Amino acid sequence: MSIPPDVLLGEPLAADPTPDPPSGASGGASRAGALWFYARKLLAAVVSFFITLVIGFVLFQLMPADPVRALTQGRPTSAAQMQALRDSLGLDKPLWQRFASFVGDTLHGRLGFSWQFQEPVASLVGSHLWPTVLLMGVSTVISVSLGLWLGIRSGWRQGSVFDRISSGVSLTLWSVPTFWLGLLLLVAFSVGFGPIPSLFPADGMSDPSIAAAGWPHVVDVARHLVLPVATLVLGDYALYVSIMRSSLIDEMDSPYLLTARAKGLFDSDVRRKHAVPNALLPAVTVIFLQIGGIIGGAVTVETVYSWPGLGYLTYQALKVPDLPLLQGTFIIFSASVIIMNLAADVLYRFLDPRVRAQ
Amino acid sequence: MTIDRAAPAGASPTGGAAPPALEVRDLHVTFPSRRGRGPARAVDGVNLTVGAREIVALIGESGCGKSTLARALVGLVKPTSGEVLYRGTTLGYSNAALKAYRRHTQLVLQDPGGALNPRQNVFDAVAEGLRLHKDTDRLGARVHRALSQAGLRPPEQFLERYPHNLSGGQQQRVVIAGALALEPSVIVADEPVSSLDASARGEILRLFLDLRDTLDLSALVVSHDLGLAWNIADRVAVMYLGRIVEVGTVEEVLLEPKHPYTRSLLSVLPGTLSHRRPILLTGEPPDPTAIPAGCRFHPRCPAAAELAPHDPRRELCHSRALPPLTGTGRPTSVASCHLIPSPVPSPSGVG
Repeated sequence: MSIPPDVLLGEPLAADPTPDPPSGASGGASRAGALWFYARKLLAAVVSFFITLVIGFVLFQLMPADPVRALTQGRPTSAAQMQALRDSLGLDKPLWQRFASFVGDTLHGRLGFSWQFQEPVASLVGSHLWPTVLLMGVSTVISVSLGLWLGIRSGWRQGSVFDRISSGVSLTLWSVPTFWLGLLLLVAFSVGFGPIPSLFPADGMSDPSIAAAGWPHVVDVARHLVLPVATLVLGDYALYVSIMRSSLIDEMDSPYLLTARAKGLFDSDVRRKHAVPNALLPAVTVIFLQIGGIIGGAVTVETVYSWPGLGYLTYQALKVPDLPLLQGTFIIFSASVIIMNLAADVLYRFLDPRVRAQ
Repeated sequence: MTIDRAAPAGASPTGGAAPPALEVRDLHVTFPSRRGRGPARAVDGVNLTVGAREIVALIGESGCGKSTLARALVGLVKPTSGEVLYRGTTLGYSNAALKAYRRHTQLVLQDPGGALNPRQNVFDAVAEGLRLHKDTDRLGARVHRALSQAGLRPPEQFLERYPHNLSGGQQQRVVIAGALALEPSVIVADEPVSSLDASARGEILRLFLDLRDTLDLSALVVSHDLGLAWNIADRVAVMYLGRIVEVGTVEEVLLEPKHPYTRSLLSVLPGTLSHRRPILLTGEPPDPTAIPAGCRFHPRCPAAAELAPHDPRRELCHSRALPPLTGTGRPTSVASCHLIPSPVPSPSGVG
């Protein structure tokens, strides 16, 4: 049967198809692109930090109507003493001069002098940094692993019994106030409650009667870690569950998973090799933002357990209020968030080829 | 403008002895009910064959079950009943049987951008199938070969690239290369060109014809586009609401359509057949959770609507279900309709 050409339906076929010419950046151009990418991100971080300094200056040096009055609140102070304090704090100098010396001091690591502890803020922050890094590091590693694992299992079988139980439990714990959960754990496992003996210490980071060296010290610190870490994990892991779960559910409909199955991949491999790596990308950003917040510690948890970290230090500074100390911790917390943001951007570029191309 | 349709190649009916490359017998795929609606009978009694070196176009509107049928053909959806046969052997659904089957039948999807993992470069995407089948002898050479068979030449230029810096046509070629790397004998393509622009569309269709000629591939191409069927298919099957309503050679079905549904699809195509009066379908779009009694097309059927009120055939259309088409549409096309005088499929075995 011969077909007249005029009954051709639809799009005509190209007579001689040639593959599309290759497009895309060459190696040199993409390296320049990478440098430009890092430069832009670094610049953004510097600008953010400068804005933080301005906010810190306004918040702690301009907002208190009279720092000297705040400092001497409720104490009998003579006018001469107050004037001497004003001079030593440089409050009589013009605004721009005060700001310039504030920025200069900060950049040189001089964060001021704590009124309460009569010690440089920088050395206070330094001595409280490691307990916080230890506490928050351990609890973040546990919450992230637990949250991602549960999120992956829940999202892959959305609506299953596992998913419903896991989502219900994590949402409940997420809704519970951290300080309340902390007090509850403290009462149950540290004070002892009914038949439960006192299982774990909850006062600080170590027992002063145990020498601060060797294995006994490590075990002692680990025992002190249990309750604050448990409180932080129970309060925080839900965040990672929900991010990972929803991000995996978004990936579930992607045709490339179907392609992978059609090639012969078993379900578990499709999840492990294709769905999870792609679904992890949005989670990475959130995890890094959280890590930035780690340095800030958890003020409530550190206070409940008297953990000698930056969160507890902030709480002590707030009680006075010790303005230079607050200002110092504010700058350190902001800087850590900005640095971790920068790290997330850089890491994202390694993880996602699409970002690399932009 | 014209393409050479003179070479029917493998379109000639296969000799009686050789089993078709791919065949489905009385296939049903029913999805469980959701939100208070009845179970969805996405595929509801389909018989279809794809012969060796044959390209079959499966045509239908959205929701008619054609994509589900395609997924059942590659073993991604387990049929509720009925069977899929590859070269005369019934497909089993154990992990091992499915994995072995994947080497013979490969799937190409509509959206090539989405069908590629954005984090995999071209080499990994194409090599993945071979790697997971632990068939990695001369992996590099075979990836090269698959890429150049799919028209990505020279292959070295593409290996390191990621999907996002390929054009849509190139992406679809990578998907096809990933399928070809496994050296399948059948490709099932679900709307392979509908998300591509016009020039890439023609090239990809040409590629399917080339692959049939050079690699002896069979293909089932799912589409809503009758023009596509005309360009590449040897045979056409028209699907409506879970059933194939007409099947035959491309010339028969597209030039002398029998079923009122096929006629209405053809009547609204622009261009050459515009001398026909457009037949616009009215009524609800088909819903696989509520398949009408009688002929499943009758609520929207323009031919049934034109019947006189007391025409006895009206009663037939409304109440007597039609059996699934059993033939292959060879040597002449068949259609499932009460109003076609002869040869009307015998109504025996009506459920």
